[in-house]
Amino acid sequence: MDIYLPIAEVSVDVFVLLGLGAAVGFLTGVFGVGGGFLITPLLIFIGVPPTVAVASSANQLVGASVSGVLVHWRRGNVDFKMGWVLLAGGLAGSVLGVWIFTLLKRLGQIELTISLSYVVLLGALGSLMMVESIHAQLRLNRPGVQRRKLHHHNWMHGLPLKARFRRSKLYISALLPVGIGFVVGVFSAILGIGGGFIMVPAMIYMLGMPTAVVPGTSLLQIIFVAANVTLLQAYTNRTVDAVLALVLLVGGVIGARVGSRFGTRLRGDQLRLLLALMILAVAAKLAFDLTVHPADLYSIVVDKT
Amino acid sequence: MSRGSAERCWGADKSVFPPSAVADRARCCGFCLAALILLSAPAHSQPLVADLTNHLIAITTGFTGASVVLFGAIDGPGDVAVVVQGPDREITVRRKSRIAGIWVNSRKVMFANVPSFYFVAASRPLEEIISPATASFYRLGVTNLKMEPEGMTPTQVVDEFVTALVRTQQRARLFPASVAKVSFIGERLFRTTIDFPSNVPTGTYLVQVFLVRDKDVVSGQTTPLVVSKVGLDADVFGFAGRQPALYGAIAVLTAMVAGWLASLPFRGA
Repeated sequence: MDIYLPIAEVSVDVFVLLGLGAAVGFLTGVFGVGGGFLITPLLIFIGVPPTVAVASSANQLVGASVSGVLVHWRRGNVDFKMGWVLLAGGLAGSVLGVWIFTLLKRLGQIELTISLSYVVLLGALGSLMMVESIHAQLRLNRPGVQRRKLHHHNWMHGLPLKARFRRSKLYISALLPVGIGFVVGVFSAILGIGGGFIMVPAMIYMLGMPTAVVPGTSLLQIIFVAANVTLLQAYTNRTVDAVLALVLLVGGVIGARVGSRFGTRLRGDQLRLLLALMILAVAAKLAFDLTVHPADLYSIVVDKT
Repeated sequence: MSRGSAERCWGADKSVFPPSAVADRARCCGFCLAALILLSAPAHSQPLVADLTNHLIAITTGFTGASVVLFGAIDGPGDVAVVVQGPDREITVRRKSRIAGIWVNSRKVMFANVPSFYFVAASRPLEEIISPATASFYRLGVTNLKMEPEGMTPTQVVDEFVTALVRTQQRARLFPASVAKVSFIGERLFRTTIDFPSNVPTGTYLVQVFLVRDKDVVSGQTTPLVVSKVGLDADVFGFAGRQPALYGAIAVLTAMVAGWLASLPFRGA
């Protein structure tokens, strides 16, 4: 059954959209990443114009992360204090990010910059997480070996403005989450995503948050980042297709529900290994696309009507 | 469901808009009648009359593309050619080349007057019925679209980019892969079906019908055709354009409410 999307100006199969929403919702439920880096290329693949795909998946992300946060909140797995602190840094970072984006756009080759930063960022993150979780797996399989401490004390713990984050069982400087939020904000503005896949590993490895609290807290700040992007895109580019976002959401609901059930059954280190694999797969696909001979060397863009 | 419009003229009818369908059929029968009268009319009357079964393609939520039948009559032996063009668009064509192992957009050419949709049909192969100069003048055939690049670009490069542009548009089904058939019923009545894909651009289209004799156009008729969003889709599109800030806010709120509703079933679990 086909449905015509008023802003995208194409008709697509409703069931394809629902399936897409469900798949991404599943990831949201399991890992607490929004899945924007996955849904946007898939939408473009089924014929939605790239600008509409980016903007509408941000809109979809708002709904998906609201439901995710509520679900995690009921289980007591959201650290609100940490979320607000991260968000403060994130909003400041996205202002700088939008400025860099505009600059890159003026210089040309914005698409290439986006693809290359994805490959570098995802490749590095994925490899680090992969190595760490394999080590963790090996340690578990070898009985008698003592578990290491969650994190070591280093320069980060000497920073001022220390605050207690009870849910995360942390007593660290507030400057740390603000800084992480800022860096993620910069990247998410440039790459047009919620930033969950950078935020989640940073929360686990840099802040040392317990894995269980990470998805809910990450989604909390994604709500606001995605809402901000949706508003900006709707206002400046008029590329938000609310109908598309709603259909994706309906699928996403089912996926997220299954996903968060699945997520609670996994151990923290298994979850991290799966996330690492997924991030590496996306990086490999992007790197492959950059180097393989394109099917058609030419591409067209409709500038004005 | 708009596909049904192809059959509308000929009786088998499953229409989107009942009232206009009735009107269409009435108009259609009227034209068939006019065509019959024309057949018996003296030779000095109009040499060519033609009309469409439908002058409005309405894009609704269930839109999957549409077909419109063009029909008409001519006053004596001859050939008929049809051209349909959508509103002009400005299109940039980019070519990738390999730099340090990575494919990068390297060269671009901008075309200011590319028809957003193009369709051509003829009763016989174009080169058999019309001279190249005339075909070029009336933009008959994809090769005669005369798309001019902006700025200075060598002819050879322009040709390459035009070929790529045509190929891309053909893939999107906005340009035809070949010349469609205008079929004759007897010697004077003709018809052809124009297919529009679901990604058809909106706007006012021009449908031109030419009567061709001795390799030259002897008569022509132009009919407009409107492609427009109607109902909910038109409302959403219009609202997004007029009140972008409010539209964005509503989009965000709707998503939030949907997300909240989505989380409700978990309460019991």
